[in-house]
Amino acid sequence: MPQISFIQAINQAIAEEMERDPLTFLMGEDVVLGAFGATKGLIDKFGAKRVRNTPISEAGFVGAAVGAAMAGTRPICEVEFASFFYCAFDQICNQAAKLRYMSGGQATMPITFRAVFGAMGGAAAQHSETVYAQFLSVPGLKLVVPSGASDMKGLLKSAIRDNNPVIVFEHGALGWSREDVPQGEHLVPLGKAAVKRPGDNVTVVAIGAMVGKAMSVADKLEQEKISVEVIDPRTLIPLDENAILASVEKTNRIVIADEGHLRGGAAADIAAIVADKGFDFLDAPVRRVTSLDVPIPFSPPLEKAAIADEARIEAAIRDVVGR
Amino acid sequence: MDISKDKLLEMYRTMQKIRHFESKARDLAMAAELPGFVHVSIGEEASATGVCAALRKTDRITSNHRGHGHLIAKGGRLDRMMAEIFGKRTGYCKGKGGSMHIVDYSLGILGANGIVGAGLPIATGSALGAVIAGKDDVTVAFFGDGASNEGTFHESLNLAAVWKLPVVFVCENNGFGEFTPMATVTSVKDIAVRAKAYDIPGHIVDGNDVLEVFRYTSEAVARARAGEGPTLLECKTYRWEGHVVGEQAFLGDGSYREQSEVEEWKRKCPLIRFEKWCAESGKISSAELNKIIAETEKELADAVEFARSSELPAPSEVTDDVYA
Repeated sequence: MPQISFIQAINQAIAEEMERDPLTFLMGEDVVLGAFGATKGLIDKFGAKRVRNTPISEAGFVGAAVGAAMAGTRPICEVEFASFFYCAFDQICNQAAKLRYMSGGQATMPITFRAVFGAMGGAAAQHSETVYAQFLSVPGLKLVVPSGASDMKGLLKSAIRDNNPVIVFEHGALGWSREDVPQGEHLVPLGKAAVKRPGDNVTVVAIGAMVGKAMSVADKLEQEKISVEVIDPRTLIPLDENAILASVEKTNRIVIADEGHLRGGAAADIAAIVADKGFDFLDAPVRRVTSLDVPIPFSPPLEKAAIADEARIEAAIRDVVGR
Repeated sequence: MDISKDKLLEMYRTMQKIRHFESKARDLAMAAELPGFVHVSIGEEASATGVCAALRKTDRITSNHRGHGHLIAKGGRLDRMMAEIFGKRTGYCKGKGGSMHIVDYSLGILGANGIVGAGLPIATGSALGAVIAGKDDVTVAFFGDGASNEGTFHESLNLAAVWKLPVVFVCENNGFGEFTPMATVTSVKDIAVRAKAYDIPGHIVDGNDVLEVFRYTSEAVARARAGEGPTLLECKTYRWEGHVVGEQAFLGDGSYREQSEVEEWKRKCPLIRFEKWCAESGKISSAELNKIIAETEKELADAVEFARSSELPAPSEVTDDVYA
């Protein structure tokens, strides 16, 4: 299996899916050049009709993706940075997410939205936010957060084939991370968590770039005979509740690590599910390790202070294991 | 432009259907027989009718909160529309959409929309979808003067213009955004001039003259189908009723327009105008028009009966259709 980067995995997934289906096409900000390299070269393969640079007008082109989906095509719609979704909130939340329901099942919305998110070193508040929590309360969407190149490819291919609006959040700091990635038909189903590492003493549910951090903490704690089970939900909607609850039933302890904010976030949601459905399994409080409830700052020491990191994951694990 | 007699009769029938359907919807809403908000377009029948008369079945439209007329003009059935605004499971959206959100995919009706300006990008994308799929279908976006101040209006005209998409933007300018007179919130007197900013054709159309609307739309549709890009049409018209049925209850004495203005526009009724034209041109007899009125009355009565006697959705249906 060849090792490729997270960004190359995105490129491969899109190219393969566009190859497979002539009604699949790519639109978004600077997709011709490929602002981060993810869509580089696709114009040479598929031409200007199917690879389209949009104007910088998020509400307009996100809405156009909705209309194109209603016309029977499958748009892959890139919004460079996830914080720009705010400019297109109506078209995603009121239109893409709701029109199937509001039309009594007539509309299908096979749209894949893609955007870079997360802290990546001095991008500051308007380019670093983890915004998926904002979509968790919008029924009708699916949310995907890959943690590495292999899942990136497999999840993106599944997202493109899905008949619902799916938002794929691509962590900016993972761009050059490399993994063994199967070539060709490699599909990872939406709604199925991955047990990244089995363990007995505590479950760590880690999302996106937190998976790598949780894994290195688990390696370190293994020396002290603390056995950490790391679970990557991979998709927040649908969420593999069973995998999380089964793990907590085994370990009786849970830490949730997420780069999103504490208030109203993905970690809050998972914590509530565990409290609701897995309370009897618990021997310790549910702990959330998240970013602070501040806009993500520019200056490196401030950014580091705001974002959840290994030290905080480790402290949370020691806390619950010590009880 | 030579318009066939069948086409003329079809347009008259459509205008009568809209007038009948909406008058009934207004009365039912006032009698508290309908849930939710009802917005009627009585007085504006000519623009919806003239535009859709220039479209094929496979062409698509997006509509707005005041959308009954557009839907009927595109072929929407009165019975299923009526059932929908009653919230019945036999309605177009199984009772999940209501008056503001009726959709019929088989007729190219991508939906009325509760968000002002939201239909413009969707129509633009629908036109893009036609291009990607290699079809020559055209999409029309219906919207009001209020929506022309939304960012989505400007973003859509720009995008459609740069990609030369087969879309026709139809602004029905009735002079009011909700309760606010257009002149107090809009920088231009005519919305059509905004087309200049996007280097596309923009035309001011008498929105109460169904034949003029049909002619302008036919030209714009031909242009779109030929790959020459979008057109902006501004149909000047007026709504006889309020923004929303029953608004008197919460507006109280807060009148926002003179009754004399309403009366003046009632004298420009698009149906009477068409009837006069028929008489003067000698193309259609009043007996033929009266027959259409009688048939429409019967169709509407059946639609109301269908809606009233249809079942409400079962509570268990609440979770259906969230995902495909």
